[in-house]
Amino acid sequence: MGAPLYAVTPGRLGAAAALGLVAALVLGPVLAGLWGTLRIGVGHLPMLGAHGPSLAGFKTFWETPGVGQALRLTVITGGGAGGVSVVLAFVFCALLHNRLGRRGLGRILAPVLALPHAALAIGLAFLIAPSGWIARLIAPLMGWQVPPAVVTVNDPAGVVLFVGLVLKEVPFLMLVMLAALGQIPLRAQIAAARALGYGPAKVWLAVVAPQVWARVRLAVLVALAYALSAVEMALILGPSHPPTLSVLVWRLFSSADARQLIPASAGALMQLGLVLAAFGLVWMAERLVAILGRHWLRRGARAALMGGLTPVAARCMQMIGALGLALVAGAVMALGVWSLAVRWPWPAALPTGFGTLAWETAARGWGAALGATVFVAAASTVASLALVIVWLEGQERLGAVLHGPRAALSDVALCVPLLVPQIGFLFGVTQAGVHLGLTGGYLAVIWGHVLFVFPYVLIALAGPWRARDPRQERAGAALGAGPLRRFVAIRLPILLAPILTAAAIGVAVSVSQYLPTLFLGAGRVATLTTEAVALASGGDRRVTAVYAALQSLVPLGAFALAFLVPVILHRNRRGLRGGGVLA
Amino acid sequence: MTLRLLDLTVRFPDGRLMFAPLTATVHPGQVLSVMAPSGAGKSSLLDAIGGHLAGGLCAQGQVWLNDRRVDQLPPEARRIGVMFQDAVLFPHLSLGDNLAFGLAPGVGGAPARRAAVEAALAQAGLSGMGARDPATLSGGQRTRAALMRTLLAQPQALMLDEPFGALDAGLRADVRAFVFGHVRARVIPAIMVTHDASDAAAAGGPVLHLAHAMSLAQPGPQS
Repeated sequence: MGAPLYAVTPGRLGAAAALGLVAALVLGPVLAGLWGTLRIGVGHLPMLGAHGPSLAGFKTFWETPGVGQALRLTVITGGGAGGVSVVLAFVFCALLHNRLGRRGLGRILAPVLALPHAALAIGLAFLIAPSGWIARLIAPLMGWQVPPAVVTVNDPAGVVLFVGLVLKEVPFLMLVMLAALGQIPLRAQIAAARALGYGPAKVWLAVVAPQVWARVRLAVLVALAYALSAVEMALILGPSHPPTLSVLVWRLFSSADARQLIPASAGALMQLGLVLAAFGLVWMAERLVAILGRHWLRRGARAALMGGLTPVAARCMQMIGALGLALVAGAVMALGVWSLAVRWPWPAALPTGFGTLAWETAARGWGAALGATVFVAAASTVASLALVIVWLEGQERLGAVLHGPRAALSDVALCVPLLVPQIGFLFGVTQAGVHLGLTGGYLAVIWGHVLFVFPYVLIALAGPWRARDPRQERAGAALGAGPLRRFVAIRLPILLAPILTAAAIGVAVSVSQYLPTLFLGAGRVATLTTEAVALASGGDRRVTAVYAALQSLVPLGAFALAFLVPVILHRNRRGLRGGGVLA
Repeated sequence: MTLRLLDLTVRFPDGRLMFAPLTATVHPGQVLSVMAPSGAGKSSLLDAIGGHLAGGLCAQGQVWLNDRRVDQLPPEARRIGVMFQDAVLFPHLSLGDNLAFGLAPGVGGAPARRAAVEAALAQAGLSGMGARDPATLSGGQRTRAALMRTLLAQPQALMLDEPFGALDAGLRADVRAFVFGHVRARVIPAIMVTHDASDAAAAGGPVLHLAHAMSLAQPGPQS
C-alpha cells in the first residue's frame, strides 16, 4: 500500500513468481512441444539414428498421396467454416438480440456450446447418413427399398464436415459476440446512427460490427484455428481419401512405423504454418476492410443495402438459423433414440424395439470410460480454476504494473494453446512427457487438458473477477477479517455463480478433448470421447450412441449444477444473481 | 418547418400509459423545453418522436413535421436529429469521420465532403482536429462535435436528450448558447428534455411539464 509504484517488495516478488509459475505450467508444454516437433520435423530423431537438419521429412510428407488435395480440402472446409460462422453469428446476433435478449439467447446457446464436438458429429452422422434418420423418415415418400446410394457423411468435398464445423462454431461465436455487444452502448448508438438517416443493416455493419470485431478478434482466431485443424470432427464427418490435412498428419503419427514420425512432424509444422497463414490473411483482410470501410462511410450513402432486399435476406437467415437448430436438436435426439434402440431395421421411422440393451451390454466399457472422463475433467477443471485464481490474484497484487491493457495482453498470451493447432505441438509434448516419465499416465492427460481448459476458464472468470466491488472486502478488512477469511467468507461466495459457470465450461472443454487424451495418455487412457470417436467408424450404432450420449450428458450435468447450485444457495439473495452465463 | 405532436404518449407493454397524452406545436427556430423528474418518461417522449422506442414500448398518437406525418416511418426516414447527454460519438471512427458519417449524401464528391466536414469542425472550434480520437476530447468538445454531426445530416427537427447534463456549470452556458444559436440559425424546431430549470430558461422557448397519466391510479411508471 505504502510502497512506491514499481518498488520490489516481498509481496510483489511472490506475486510475480506465482504468475511466472502459472505461465510456465500453461505455456511451457506448448513451447516444449513446438520445439520437439520442430526438431523431429527437420529430421532430428536420434533414436532412429536420424540427425538433422534436413528437409527430407517435408519432402516425404509433400509426396504423400493426396496431400495437395488434403490441403485444398482443409482450406475450403476449415477456412470456409470459420469465415461463414463469423458472418452467420454476427447476423444472428443482430436479428435476435432485440427479440430474445442476451440472457434468453445465452440459455439457448449454452447447451449447444456444452455439446462435445464428437457427440455432435456422431449425432449428425446418424441423422443425415444415407441410412440415417432423415432418410428413414422420407423413405416411404420416396419409395426407397434400400438406403439411397448417395454419399452424405464423409463426402469427398467435405460439405458435411463444413456443416458440422459451422454448427459448433456459430453458438460459440454468438456467445462471445453477445458479451461484446453488452459492452457497447448499443441502443444509443443505433438511435444516433438511424437519426442520421441510416437503415438498420448499414448501422449494424458500419457502427456495430467494427466495435464488436475489436472485442471478438481473439475468439474468431481460436474458432478459425480449430476449424482448420480439427481432428475428431474430420475423422467422423470428413472425407477419408484424402482426408483433411490434420487427419493425414494424425494418421502418420499413429502409424506403427516409427520412421513416419519425421514426415508426420513435418506435416504438423505445415499445419501450424497453414493456421499462421490464415491469421496473417485475417490481419490483412482487417486492414483492407478498415480502409475500404472508411471510404464507404465517408461517402455517406443512405440508400438501403442490397437494393432493399434486406428483409428478404433476413428471412433467409432466419431459415438458415432454424435449420441449424433443427439439425443440432435432431442430432441430439438421434443419439438418445439410437442408444435406446433394441432393433431399428431400415426403413422404420422409429426403432421397432426400445430398451436398455445397448446400455447394459456396454456397461463395463462405458462405466470405466465415464469414470476416467469425470476424473480427468474434474481434476483438470479444479487445477485450472486454482491456476486461474492464482493468476488473477497475482495480477491484482502486481496492480500498478499489470492492470488494464497489460493484464488483458497477458491473458491473451495464456490463450496461445487455443491458437496453435493441437497436432502441431502435442507430439512434442508427448516426447517431453516420456523424458519426465509422465506420458501414458493420468497426470500427463490431466496436464494436457489443463492447457486447453485453463484459457477458457480464464476468459470466463476474468470479467466477473475484475468487476467485483472492492469495497465489500475492504469492509471485511475493516471488521478485522484477515486475507484468508476475506477470500473464503466474502469473495468466493460472492463470485460463486461465475466460478461455477467457469467450472462448467472447463468440464465441457475437458470432456471434448480428443487428441490430448490420445497423445498424452499414449492410448492407455480411454475416455468417453476417445471411445466414441473410435466406435464412430464402423462400430455398432447403438453402442456408439451410448458413448456419445454419455459424452454429452457429462458437460450438460456440469452446466445444470452450475445453474442450480447458486439458485438454491442464493435463493434469498437477489444481489447475487446474474453472475453466470446461464443465471 | 413546424413540428406538431397530437395526443402523443408512450404505452407500456401491459397497456398502461407512461404520461398523459401530449399535444404541442413547436415553431421553426424555437426550443420547447420538457421538464419532469427522472423516470417520468422524458427520454421515451423523444424516442417516440424520433422512432427509437424499444423494449416493448410503443408510441400512441401522431407526429407531424410540416405536412408530413412521420410517426409511421422508420427513424432513418423521419429526418429528426437526436443528441444525447454523452454525445454518443462512435468510438471506432475519428472525429472527422464521425462528422463525415453524418454529412448528408447530397453533398457529392470527396473534396466537397472533406471541405464540409472541415467547415463544421471550424464552426465547433475544432479546426484541424479531424484525425483525433473522440475519446480524447473534452466534454464540451464532444457535445459541440455531436451537434455538428447531427446538423450535417440536415435534420428537419432536433431532439435534445439532456445534452448538457454531463457538463459542469462554467462550460454549460457556453455550450448551451452554441447549440441554441445553431437551432435558431437553421430555423428548425427543437425539443429539449431536461430537469435543470436553467437549461429551460436559456432555451427561451415555451416550457412544458410532463404530467403523469392521471386517469390511472397505478403506482408511478418504472424506468
